[in-house]
Amino acid sequence: MKLEVAQREVSRFGALYIVEARFKNMFKWRSAIITAAILNPVLYLLSVGVGIGSLVDAKQGVGGVDGVQYLTFLAPALLASAAIQGAIDEVTFPTLQGFKWAKNFFAMNSTPITGNQIALGVYIAALCRTFLTVVVYWFILLIAGALPTGTAWLAMFVAMLAGGAFASIMLFLTSKVEKEDFFLTAIGRLIIMPLFLFSGTFYPLSSMPLILQPIGWISPLWHATELGRYFTYGHSISGLMIGVHFIFLTSLLALGLKLAFRNFTKRLSK
Amino acid sequence: MTSLIFARSLTKTYGDFVAVDQINFEVRKGESFGLLGPNGAGKSTIMRMIGATLQRSSGELAVLGKDPEKFGPQIRAHLGVVPQQDNLDSELTVRENLYIYGRYFGLSKKFLTPKIQELLEFAQLEEKRDVKVEALSGGMKRRLTIARALVSEPEILMLDEPTTGLDPQARHILWDRLFRLKEMGVTLLLTTHFMDEAEQLCQRLIVMDKGKIMAEDSPVELIRKYVTKEVLELRFGSDKNSQYVDQLRQKCDRIEQLPDRILLYTNDGETLLTEIVGSGLHPITSLVRRSSLEDVFLRLTGRSLIE
Repeated sequence: MKLEVAQREVSRFGALYIVEARFKNMFKWRSAIITAAILNPVLYLLSVGVGIGSLVDAKQGVGGVDGVQYLTFLAPALLASAAIQGAIDEVTFPTLQGFKWAKNFFAMNSTPITGNQIALGVYIAALCRTFLTVVVYWFILLIAGALPTGTAWLAMFVAMLAGGAFASIMLFLTSKVEKEDFFLTAIGRLIIMPLFLFSGTFYPLSSMPLILQPIGWISPLWHATELGRYFTYGHSISGLMIGVHFIFLTSLLALGLKLAFRNFTKRLSK
Repeated sequence: MTSLIFARSLTKTYGDFVAVDQINFEVRKGESFGLLGPNGAGKSTIMRMIGATLQRSSGELAVLGKDPEKFGPQIRAHLGVVPQQDNLDSELTVRENLYIYGRYFGLSKKFLTPKIQELLEFAQLEEKRDVKVEALSGGMKRRLTIARALVSEPEILMLDEPTTGLDPQARHILWDRLFRLKEMGVTLLLTTHFMDEAEQLCQRLIVMDKGKIMAEDSPVELIRKYVTKEVLELRFGSDKNSQYVDQLRQKCDRIEQLPDRILLYTNDGETLLTEIVGSGLHPITSLVRRSSLEDVFLRLTGRSLIE
């Protein structure tokens, strides 16, 4: 009798049990996670923000890039890329682990837990970890004086949205992987790195040749960066574009999750 | 007795390949039921269909009275699954593995705390409770996987090749644990390609080959039905075995020539051996043993279980 009741609870809260298990796993890596969360922004701010920033500001005069200091211009882009990187790591490795290395997704699926719940659980846990990264990053940016306006806190949610959109697609793609070595290298070098470089991260997208600009348009990072700049220093964009950026990111997130749900279920029952 | 698993014309195909070919069987409550057959016989495929993680291609299947295709999670809530390959969470400790698995069944911490203690004792892993799984031996991992499958007090415990890859000592420890479960009245469903495992643990079994059932009965009955009481194994040296086969054939009911030895089926091995030696034949080695399920399989398929 007791188990009948439990089964109904699993059908409702199954994804949260997966989150709980993921947290237990992450807890083993807590010092690495916290160190990375602090060190990553500090290193970026010192090298690119301050190093390159002083060069840019000296050349252009203060307010030379989009009307603000270079560090202020750069901050929302760095925040969003940190969110994306963190979210990707946290969905890719558990998914490879679950389907290929330890095959523990198959163990989860031999309980009342379904494929959808496993996918959703891994995803939610990844976003929780990403949120920690984003909050730490945001406070370091604040201390560095890179967040001048009162609406700057909204940049955290924009960054989360970018991380969420990227992570849902990666959750789907990783669930299709059979040969992991090639996949991880390919994703890192052919997708993430180019998007990082060509999404208007270090300079406005408009200063690139028109032929390269579409890379930015399809990149969640560019959409998040535009929104982030709007919130952190009032970068001027139209209401229409604000809508476009939000819709692009949320649709990508929803599409990725839908595909991931379908493929998790399919692969577990192969 | 009620049947917990009921299969009628159960079939699974992958394209043109028929992995499970129209098989019928029933498993009753409290029974320990085995699927014996070589690798590739379709045993694991059957287990996964029963475990509601693989859809059948055709035929009928009811597990705990329900169709696994429609009631996957509801059925899985009452199964304990021990897969062929351990899929523990290697970065978590022994205790944590039991805990999170129990959570997947929606069990509360209050229920799980004493349950985990009980299972650690059962699996003889109390001293390893806070050790990471990656540091355990193969036998310990296997025991943990079985303990994990028991955390939800399942109606059926399903074990896919439970002792494959273990050394003899670890196997015996495991058999002892499984035997206890059997005594406690847990319904066991297990696959194996070890005939001694099937003989020790199964009350009833089906012998499978290439997706089909070759025979079904208790181990004792299978041996009685298909082979003689004893087997005389003779070795004349690899090149010479074949030249004696015809001569020996006249002396017994049935004879099997394997690459390294000749098997003579008889109800009295010693007498047959005396007679053979008396007729002037001198095998290098000779052995009289009781017939086993291995011989049943050889009789039914003309092949060995382990190739």
